[in-house]
Amino acid sequence: MAEFFAMGGHGFYIWSSYGVTFLFLAIEVFLLMRKKKTMMQRLARIARMNKK
Amino acid sequence: MQMLTKAFWLQLSTPKAFYPVAGTLAPCFMMLAVILCVIGLYIGFFVAPVDYQQGNSYRIMFIHVPAAWMGMFIYLVMCAYATIGLIWNTRLSSMMASALAPTGALFTFIALWSGAFWGKPTWGTYWVWDARLTSFLILLFLYIGYMSLQAAIDDQQKAAKASALLALVGVVNIPIIYFSVKWWNTLHQGMSVTVTDAPTMAPSMAWSMFIMAFAFWMYAIGIALMRVRTIILERERHAAWVQDLGNKGANHG
Repeated sequence: MAEFFAMGGHGFYIWSSYGVTFLFLAIEVFLLMRKKKTMMQRLARIARMNKK
Repeated sequence: MQMLTKAFWLQLSTPKAFYPVAGTLAPCFMMLAVILCVIGLYIGFFVAPVDYQQGNSYRIMFIHVPAAWMGMFIYLVMCAYATIGLIWNTRLSSMMASALAPTGALFTFIALWSGAFWGKPTWGTYWVWDARLTSFLILLFLYIGYMSLQAAIDDQQKAAKASALLALVGVVNIPIIYFSVKWWNTLHQGMSVTVTDAPTMAPSMAWSMFIMAFAFWMYAIGIALMRVRTIILERERHAAWVQDLGNKGANHG
């Protein structure tokens, strides 16, 4: 297991590349889902204001 | 029949009709991306052998090369949408162009980042002003310029037009990137995979790379569909159907 993560001495370079790649892709998905949610909330708030 | 299909596509190209379709398709593409990614990485780490020259560091190529392909490919698709929007003034095309830009920029950044972490153990340096690396950095700046220009102009139509022109001028950079390793004999290695020849590497390595490229491709489509939905809501917020969505939300919350 430790041998796998060491990658023959290249572990640092490999996991830095893979780590940043998948972290950033996950952040992109997370930010978009959050944006969608806040926009739906804003639309609902405007709708409520218009009703009053 | 032909009339019908034409009417169907025209209908689908309105933001209102596309919004629910994108909502259904986006999770499907994301699922595909995850499945392909797992397969691609499994082959890349457990099937593909160690490279006799580079050792294990070459495994960075399984994300570096697909990310670089996507960085360039998304730019071309973005340009195509921007041009269609520019010529026919179709709102959804301009929205798709805007939806692709951040993801294209992200893949370009990932290509540069993973390239740096491959270069350090292989070339002995994270960065060098080589033709391929420099033209790829310019690609990142083009994406950033495109997004900044859109953000800086309040009028949506003007923003779409100005940024489309910027994207079109910048498209000259794509063949420069592609051929840079041929035209200038600097540090970055030549193409291991070309359109015409078989890849010059072990089949399992090539498979991992291709499957990862498909995974990134599916991810890009999925995320662009997700983003175009938020853009539609933002730009069409005065339309009756968007306000109806708000009404539904108000009744539930």
